[in-house]
Amino acid sequence: MRSILIILRKEFLQIIRNKTILPLLFIMPFIQLILLGFAADFEVKNLNLHVIDNDQSTYSRGLISKFSGSPYFNIVNFSFRDRDGMQDIKKGDADLIIEIPTDFEKKLVNRESSPIHLSIDAVNGVKASLANAYSNMIIRDFNLELLQKTTGKVLLSPIGISSINWFNPSMNYSTFMVPGILVLLMTMVGIFLTAMIVVREKEIGTIEQLNVTPIKKHQFIIGKLLPFLVIAMIELIIGLIVAKLIFHIEFQGSLLLVYAFALAYMPVVLGIGLFISTLSNTQQQAMFISWFFYVVFILMSGLFTPIDSMPSWAQKITWFNPIKYFIEFMRMVLLKGSTFKDVTPHFIIMAIYGVVINALAVWNYKKVSD
Amino acid sequence: MIVEQNPIRDKIMAEKTNDSKYVVSVKDLTKKFGSFTAVNKISFDVTKGEIFGFLGANGAGKTTAIKMLIGLSKPSSGTAIVAGYDVIKNPEKVKYKIGYMSQKFSLYDDLKVFENIRLYAGIYGIPSKEIKSKINNLIEELGMEDMRNKLVGDLPLGWKQKLAFAVAMVHDPPIVFLDEPTSGVDPITRRQFWEMIYKASEKGITVFITTHYLDEAEYCTRASIMVDGVIEALDTPTKLKENLGVKSMQEVFVKLARG
Repeated sequence: MRSILIILRKEFLQIIRNKTILPLLFIMPFIQLILLGFAADFEVKNLNLHVIDNDQSTYSRGLISKFSGSPYFNIVNFSFRDRDGMQDIKKGDADLIIEIPTDFEKKLVNRESSPIHLSIDAVNGVKASLANAYSNMIIRDFNLELLQKTTGKVLLSPIGISSINWFNPSMNYSTFMVPGILVLLMTMVGIFLTAMIVVREKEIGTIEQLNVTPIKKHQFIIGKLLPFLVIAMIELIIGLIVAKLIFHIEFQGSLLLVYAFALAYMPVVLGIGLFISTLSNTQQQAMFISWFFYVVFILMSGLFTPIDSMPSWAQKITWFNPIKYFIEFMRMVLLKGSTFKDVTPHFIIMAIYGVVINALAVWNYKKVSD
Repeated sequence: MIVEQNPIRDKIMAEKTNDSKYVVSVKDLTKKFGSFTAVNKISFDVTKGEIFGFLGANGAGKTTAIKMLIGLSKPSSGTAIVAGYDVIKNPEKVKYKIGYMSQKFSLYDDLKVFENIRLYAGIYGIPSKEIKSKINNLIEELGMEDMRNKLVGDLPLGWKQKLAFAVAMVHDPPIVFLDEPTSGVDPITRRQFWEMIYKASEKGITVFITTHYLDEAEYCTRASIMVDGVIEALDTPTKLKENLGVKSMQEVFVKLARG
């Protein structure tokens, strides 16, 4: 116990004196949190529309004004030639072209159907399908109004759909993203700093001096890791305050439960960092291995793409992704108000994961070389 | 805040080491890395209070041999008894009884002078009350009173090395291993360093030292010369010179190392 305290004091002194690590720990994460919290938004707004209106009629203008009145579309250009429209798409000035044929109004008045041509830039698939859906909605509305006007009847769709978005009623993306980003920041502290700081002692040679002392492996390791557990917890507290004050996220569940889970989660990522440090001899190696795991963990965490839509083999890989569990947990507890009973499996998985990865790391950390 | 008592340390420090004539007793000690034999069946004994010189060209296997003696590296075969304990069977017990200063400077640059001493004194289980006086004594002995609160990284190399030596002996071990402690140090500091070594030796501490400076070999009680993983010669400097009919250790070394 005393040896652990001695190592702890040393680590805290070194962290406080390190002029790069402190700002790294406390300023960078919050810049990231605020930046990503506002910027990482999957909602597609401001689709740039190029209009080719060959009809120049009341009807065609009516349709176009529907587009220009929508918050999703920006009309950037008008022309009379396909070529001009394609030019805009190629330059990236327009996301889609709407082309209205010459006899649009005439055909509609005569109760014939008239086609409208939509060309959508599908380089970004998500954006393209949303552009398609929004356009269809606007055209459908326009159709309905037209029918009402011409037939004089009030038409209703046979099945009315009314939907409510539970847990995130205003479909606010920061509510969805910010808790997840907080998890990423804590993970970064856990994996990177742990890996780097243990390897640093190897690189400088100070670890050799420690290895000739009677200090036990677990004392050294606990003394090394505990400061980062503390730092990550402080980051979580500040992060949640930021989430509340800047992003106005309403926390549904118990914050105490979140801290409790963070205490179960951090040993897992610290263990991963430690394991990486036992595999590397230089900080550079540690950095690259950490990046490899970090990027895979983030992209397969369900933060940016839903895990349910991954192929089933990929879903199985996510079972080993600690970030996935924490993000799931955060969304369940903070947004849905889940209680301990709902997230017990998450706690159990973290506990097992923590024991296994740390055992592996301690086993692989050698005081004596072969 | 910190609990006193360290039963393991007290027990080990109180344990009588068996036959106390030899502090180090090595027999057929071997280290192989794959097919390469770095240390090949070396055998020797070191008596209490001796300054034992361990010489050899770069790559002769000195550092590998030392690392086996201090429990950093596992021997492939052979036995080594250090301070009464078998390094293979009891590597952790040996660690209470030895001091080590590596050829790479290994105190913490970002800790102050007294913090480095406090750290190692604590790790070796010295009670908190004693640590304070220990720090004061060491700093006074080294003449570093005005550097007490300086970061070690800001000290000149000579001072760093002297401090490292003192820290290696903070727990009063019966034997201290010094791996090229004077490389890169100016002649005056080297002299002061050797004065420290003599002082330690007078107190009955055995000093096991490797060096590249052959004039330093003359100061040793006995010196061994290692060539390609084997000990070619082991005797007092005077006898080594007589046996080969040369005047200096330099010539002894060149003769043996060249084969």
